[in-house]
Amino acid sequence: MRPLSRPSSARAAASLREPRMQPMKPSAMSKRKVKDSSAESAESISQMQKILRERFCHHCAAGKLAGMEQQYRHLLELLKRTTVHGESNSALLIGPRGSGKTTLLNHVLKDLREMKEVRENLLEVHLNGLLQTNDKVALKEITRQLQLENVVGDKVFGSFAENLAFLLEALRKGNRTSSCPILFVLDEFDLFVHHKNQTLLYNLFDISQSAQTPVTVIGLTCRQDILELLEKRVKSRFSHRQIYLMNSFNFTQYMKIFKKELSLPDEFPDETFAQKWNNNAQHLSEDKTVQDVLRKLFQHSKELRSLHSLLMLAVSAVTVHHPLLTAADLQEASRQHSSDSKANIVHGLSVLEICLIIAMKHLNEVYDGEPFNFQMVYNEFQKFIQRKAHSMYNFEKPVVMKAFEHLLQLELVQPLERPAARAQREYLLMKLLLDSSQIMDALQVYPNCPTDVKQWAASSLSWL
Amino acid sequence: MPNLEHPAYPAADLLRLESLVPCRESQVSMLLSIFGERQHFSFPSIFIYGHTSSGKTYVMQTLLSTLQLPHVFVNCVEYFTSRLLLEEILIKLQSCSGTEQTSPVRCDSLNDFVRLFKQAVASQELQDQTLYIVLDRAEQLREMEANILPAFLRLQELTDTNVTVVLLSEIVWELFRPNTGCFEPFTIYFPDYSIGHLQKILTQNHPPEYSADFYAAYINILLGVFYMVCRDLKELRHLAALNFAKYCEPVVRGEANERDTRKLWKNIEPHLKKAMQTFLLIAAYLASYNPVRTDKRFFLKHHGKIRKTNFMKKHEKTSNHLLGPKPFPLDRLLAILYSIVDERVAPTANIFSQITSLVTLQLLSMVGQNDQLDGPRYKCTVSLDFIRAVAR
Repeated sequence: MRPLSRPSSARAAASLREPRMQPMKPSAMSKRKVKDSSAESAESISQMQKILRERFCHHCAAGKLAGMEQQYRHLLELLKRTTVHGESNSALLIGPRGSGKTTLLNHVLKDLREMKEVRENLLEVHLNGLLQTNDKVALKEITRQLQLENVVGDKVFGSFAENLAFLLEALRKGNRTSSCPILFVLDEFDLFVHHKNQTLLYNLFDISQSAQTPVTVIGLTCRQDILELLEKRVKSRFSHRQIYLMNSFNFTQYMKIFKKELSLPDEFPDETFAQKWNNNAQHLSEDKTVQDVLRKLFQHSKELRSLHSLLMLAVSAVTVHHPLLTAADLQEASRQHSSDSKANIVHGLSVLEICLIIAMKHLNEVYDGEPFNFQMVYNEFQKFIQRKAHSMYNFEKPVVMKAFEHLLQLELVQPLERPAARAQREYLLMKLLLDSSQIMDALQVYPNCPTDVKQWAASSLSWL
Repeated sequence: MPNLEHPAYPAADLLRLESLVPCRESQVSMLLSIFGERQHFSFPSIFIYGHTSSGKTYVMQTLLSTLQLPHVFVNCVEYFTSRLLLEEILIKLQSCSGTEQTSPVRCDSLNDFVRLFKQAVASQELQDQTLYIVLDRAEQLREMEANILPAFLRLQELTDTNVTVVLLSEIVWELFRPNTGCFEPFTIYFPDYSIGHLQKILTQNHPPEYSADFYAAYINILLGVFYMVCRDLKELRHLAALNFAKYCEPVVRGEANERDTRKLWKNIEPHLKKAMQTFLLIAAYLASYNPVRTDKRFFLKHHGKIRKTNFMKKHEKTSNHLLGPKPFPLDRLLAILYSIVDERVAPTANIFSQITSLVTLQLLSMVGQNDQLDGPRYKCTVSLDFIRAVAR
């Protein structure tokens, strides 16, 4: 008989300490039964992980999108008009990072392609501001995606407009009698705005207004001031149609979205497992601890991407020995998510480095945040050593310098300007990138901190 | 009882992995659960941060190679421009599938990279397995073009393949984030080793001639002294190796004397040559740090009184020692030198060549352009402690 192994991670251990959440259906499974059905449940769990991971990490559109129904309808209508009725158009999808712009667009396109009238009819060109960093590259990419490289061959064009017109003409002369609608998707739209003369944008918007071929241009951007960045002639050719994804749901809707994102679809092969899992999701959404965890996340950032990241971390803890998600899993995931990274780094510093940080803290207090250099910090440290220190050894200057350089390397201390080649390092002016409260909090949890160091940190330096 | 467990990987491999990464079980466990099964998707980007020698590079390399997960490992400082980095990733990707021949790769931009990457992944027998791209010293990515870092963070989306990018750095994520935001990676902290962990790891590699207990006692003493200053595992290992011989001396017999005398004689020769340079250096230090008006007082046999003016009182507080060295002209240096050295020293070419060699050694630095009308000006770049040590 195979013994049940010890749980592997802190998360699983934590869940053992908390009362295990029982699923709604009383499943009186004895240990022997678990062993028998573990083979099937392993397969189901693997399936569940596959589906949920794709949903959370790869943003595969699953079922209906939560919280974006109105924007979905708007975008779908717009694209239908292009593909079915041959209307040209342009629109901008605006929303903060992680709000779901790309997911929404992909979802709409997926549903669009399933419509009979659209299937053979739509040409898509996907551009990304991160990849196509200038208009020449962008034009080559457009040519490549429209599969017109052979047609263009070695031709040299006078201007961007000529080239683009040639491409459209080439598409028309293909084996299609009428012109095929083209959809241009520009991701990271705000990066295209920085290209020279905004040529690409000007031309794309121009053909979306005047060409015979139905062309729709959809831009996705996180910048809400995008219209101000457009040149006047570009702006005038834009239809000014903007679709906003402002995450304007409240907490109750957020909880509903949580439940929906966690639920398995109806087509899941193992129905019993799916039923149990979805019931558990319902149970979790009513649980007070879970609501607290989600409220904390909601207040920090409403974007669905953060929610997905949290759920991904929690779901990765689900294994055959721990087949259902628990409130403790979500709590642990939340704790992992919201740890203060600077505090973590300070935790790993040596005592000497901590002393230097305290010295800098005192300098900041006395001189009102004026920049300091190493020599001043060393002086301050010496004062402490000579008057108050019992546990600290009086280290030689090169040793202290090395500790200071380590702080520089970690970028906890930053020079005001880039050091010139021949400047001496000890006299460069610097500033500390930690504030007083962060330092005091870090000292509370710092392991083996000598008491006199702690006292020095707290004292108000009346002995100058 | 093994600590690491995962249904997707054979238990034997996990056991071996556990033995290779002491004191890092919980981090490896977390990574395993995030990676999931081989073909499952994972976070598009993971950011691992922690102090140097906290095991980030070692653990990642060990984990990926022990479990034979397809991966590419590149150091961003070694391949410090975007072009070098992208080409190296593509080259390493070729050898990932085990092909002996690596054809030269030409990759000008990120656009080309994405296209070539998609081709490479499609042609390989990855069978839907997650490909891991690990970028070590990732803080260097900030120095490259602005689109490199955001693109790597969302490489999974840009290439539409099952790839996860892992960034390793000792700088916190907040200092990486671009102004307009980016795809946030999943951050993992590799905590510093506690004193107990360090004890355990350092006592693992004890020299075979001595017993483990003897070495453990030595490590205990070593940590007691050095832990205050240094928690870096690599440095502690080095210190342990360095000082172990001294620790063993009471146990081992002393060295012979003959070898010592020959060494002494060899040492004296260069010291004689350095004597003149030492005097010059001290003179330069005095010139830099004493204000000009005190020259007369310190260096002349007969000096007058110096009246303190209001101007001087206001600026007394800022000690010259704290602010740094001031430049001085060559004449002043020579004047001070003559007053320090008792015998008459003529301004021979020897003196001037020695001054130049001090500049080359960077003990003095030249201030201003070469063709100044007043003559060259210098600045002393060594500290008071160095001067004190040299003056003895």
